[in-house]
Amino acid sequence: MKEVKVSARDVQVYYGENHAIKDVSVEIEDKTVTAFIGPSGCGKSTFLRCINRMNDTIDICRVEGDILLDGEDIYDPKVDPVQLRAKVGMVFQKPNPFPKSIYDNVAYGPRIHGMAASKSDLDAIVEKSLRRAALWGEVKDRLSASGTGLSGGQQQRLCIARAVATEPEVLLMDEPASALDPIATAQIEELIDELREKFAVVIVTHSMQQAARVSQKTAFFHLGNLVEYGETSQIFTNPVDPRTESYITGRIG
Amino acid sequence: MSRPRTSLFDITPRTRRRNAAEKRFRAYGIAAISIAIAVLAMLLVSIVSSGAGAFRQTYITLDVDLPEAKLDKSGTRDIAVMKKVSTFGYAPLITKALMDKLAEMGFETPLKKKQIGALVSKAAPAQLRDFVLANPDVVGTTQKFEFLASGRIDGYMKGRVTYESAEKDGKISPEQLRLVDALVADGAIVKRFNWAFLTSPDASGQRPESAGLGVAILGSLYMMLVVLLLALPIGVAASIYLEEFAKQNRWTDLIEVNIANLAAVPSIVFGILGLAIFINFAGLPQSAPIVGGLVLTLMTLPTIIISTRAALKAVPPSIREAALGVGASKMQTVIHHVLPLAAPGILTGTIIGLAQALGETAPLLLIGMVAFVKEFPDAPPEGLFDPASALPVQVYNWTQRADPGFVERASGAIIVLLLFLVIMNVAAVMLRRRFERRW
Amino acid sequence: MPDQHIVRSFDKDLEAIQAKIMKMGGLVESAIHESVKSLKKRDDELAERVREADHLIDKLEEEINYDAAQVLALRQPIASDLRVVLSVMKISGNLERVGDYAKNLAKRTTLLVQMPAIDGASGAIKRMAREVERMLKDALDAYVHQDVALAEDVRARDHEVDQMYNALFREFLTFMMEDPRNITACMHLHFIAKNIERMGDHVTSIAEQVIYLVTGNMPGNDRAKLDYIAEAREAEE
Repeated sequence: MKEVKVSARDVQVYYGENHAIKDVSVEIEDKTVTAFIGPSGCGKSTFLRCINRMNDTIDICRVEGDILLDGEDIYDPKVDPVQLRAKVGMVFQKPNPFPKSIYDNVAYGPRIHGMAASKSDLDAIVEKSLRRAALWGEVKDRLSASGTGLSGGQQQRLCIARAVATEPEVLLMDEPASALDPIATAQIEELIDELREKFAVVIVTHSMQQAARVSQKTAFFHLGNLVEYGETSQIFTNPVDPRTESYITGRIG
Repeated sequence: MSRPRTSLFDITPRTRRRNAAEKRFRAYGIAAISIAIAVLAMLLVSIVSSGAGAFRQTYITLDVDLPEAKLDKSGTRDIAVMKKVSTFGYAPLITKALMDKLAEMGFETPLKKKQIGALVSKAAPAQLRDFVLANPDVVGTTQKFEFLASGRIDGYMKGRVTYESAEKDGKISPEQLRLVDALVADGAIVKRFNWAFLTSPDASGQRPESAGLGVAILGSLYMMLVVLLLALPIGVAASIYLEEFAKQNRWTDLIEVNIANLAAVPSIVFGILGLAIFINFAGLPQSAPIVGGLVLTLMTLPTIIISTRAALKAVPPSIREAALGVGASKMQTVIHHVLPLAAPGILTGTIIGLAQALGETAPLLLIGMVAFVKEFPDAPPEGLFDPASALPVQVYNWTQRADPGFVERASGAIIVLLLFLVIMNVAAVMLRRRFERRW
Repeated sequence: MPDQHIVRSFDKDLEAIQAKIMKMGGLVESAIHESVKSLKKRDDELAERVREADHLIDKLEEEINYDAAQVLALRQPIASDLRVVLSVMKISGNLERVGDYAKNLAKRTTLLVQMPAIDGASGAIKRMAREVERMLKDALDAYVHQDVALAEDVRARDHEVDQMYNALFREFLTFMMEDPRNITACMHLHFIAKNIERMGDHVTSIAEQVIYLVTGNMPGNDRAKLDYIAEAREAEE
């Protein structure tokens, strides 16, 4: 039984008057890939963004309930979201490298969090992160080239390298491969498989095949509720809730 | 029910009508542009034709004796003593030099000494005196000098004054013009490029030939400096706060509406404001670049705020999200990521704002910069409090003067002003092109 | 759970395969019936027709396998849809084996016709075959109606078929010991009985596939094997 990394209890999220996430309780395990699936607008991305408090940037968004990281409530007033985001990294749907050099893209996080005492420390962190993202071999000779000059798949891997550079404990990925072609997608999926040896990975995906391939646990969201959460193999061969079965087999509703 | 098959090669009447309408529309567009270009061309031609002459000036080259007896009675080359000799002492020296020249040329003329001396500009003695006081060693020698010719002579060389008009003119006679012709033939009088137009200060109404834009250019420069140092930081800071940090509520909406309105306020209102606050209340000196700069800052601030906000808005939110996701604070996100990307837009907006401020006249008139200023202001920061003029105000000033020589001066000043504006706008466009990014 | 997929052609594909199974089931049911009838009536022309008709059953199995592979490749079915395809493939295999046993029965009938009849044997065989036929019909009904209770019932009835076989086995031994001239005919009849017992096992397997299809769980391997030989083998171990 793996250790629980992120524990959510009775989480509610309101966008103004709209009750977007209702009574969600889920335990995300460490060194595991957890997939959030569900139809559009079901709240999976919203819930994901609660885990690193990215929803704080939206004025009308209100979060109730508890979300604990290693037992600590991340919404406690004493917690600084900036520090939280060093522990919980995020990769977005559309690759969004900074318009800086590849080196600076990866080094930015460690720099602002004071993780490197010297230039050589920083170099080491950059190399380690790029290796983790399976990008080192392709860019080691051109670290000063612009990050935006890479191909789509490479840019996304750069974003992954940037996210892991701050040595996070949890990695959140919001549809990381949806903007990529099948080969780049497969590379990202392979990467996710390697990353789960060190991090807890939570991935939101529209593609059920991807969730089935990549994750060990799957959570199905529907209209703001967490309908079913279980082992991926069980969800995709014999789900318990008929709504889950309906969704994954492509039936109406 | 399916439509009957039609051939692509048959053009329907509907299509024909539409094509004709499009042709007409294109023709209207071309006509509109042609009219605009024609008007612009007429404007430019009229300005350049009347102002181009200001850049060339007529000079008389003479060998002037500088006798010690007249200039340095003590013989000690002591500046304090030599200063006692005023320009009245120097004027006869110039006239004598001219008479000697005529004698050398063998030119006979019935003109009196005073009339001959009138060929040279009244500013010449002062110029000679300044030179001697700066170089006392030349006393006792004979030096070659280039003096400005008087306004009417200059007018004759440029075609404004003719033998016919000289008959009726009180300030010049045909005989004097004959003299000028002879000197031109000799090579003593030449018309050459006039740097002094740009560097020398304004001159009195009697001497259009020596009037220059020096003070005006410096005054405008100082004011632009004040505007840059004040409006840019204030405007950018205000913009950043409004765009990145302020909550969206009624107050911020109110502020935004007011900023947009400020941009539309007539400039003369700012002049009244400047008069009331900066001069009457704060007691700052009239006609000083600091006051002009402050007033123009108030005017340029809305422009800079609006263009900075547009530049900030143009930075895609994905960059901000990426920075926040990595754990940057809001401030770090803005400074490290948003500002560098918005900088070209901000710069362009600032340059355009400055260009607008450069050409503003109404508020400057109210705060007194229309005065006649002959001395150059000192270097900043003290110089900001010395009286100065400004380019557009100088134009206004010169158009008010009686002497026809000033018409040319005013047009020349307009050309200089237009040149600065064009350079600034072109720089803005080039900057925008160069740094335009596709995300 | 709504029945229809959003992509309706997916439903059409699945329906087409299931229609073929029903058709195959019908052919197999009639094969059993006709072959036993030919045995009872000692009608070798009927037997011949049964043997020839078997190739239709084989062809259907090939088609069903091909169609199932298409659905797997093109639709990537999961959960209940996957179980539909997998069970269809297993069931068609089972049906094809039952059809083969019916063909074999008809083949032996052709031979038996040339020998003197054994009293009572064909009646017993016919009763056994009728039971298997009813089991097959019920299993196919359970499949169509997704009726788990009916499928469980079919599974239980295989027990009786096994007992009927054991009884027939002992009877044939008696006949053979009584009169050695009966041995050839009894051997054929025994093989026929054994085939029918194997048919029952395959029909039970079909019922189990139905349970898997509906519940997602294969019923345990607990069905009692009651035929005599298996008992003897277990006794030896």
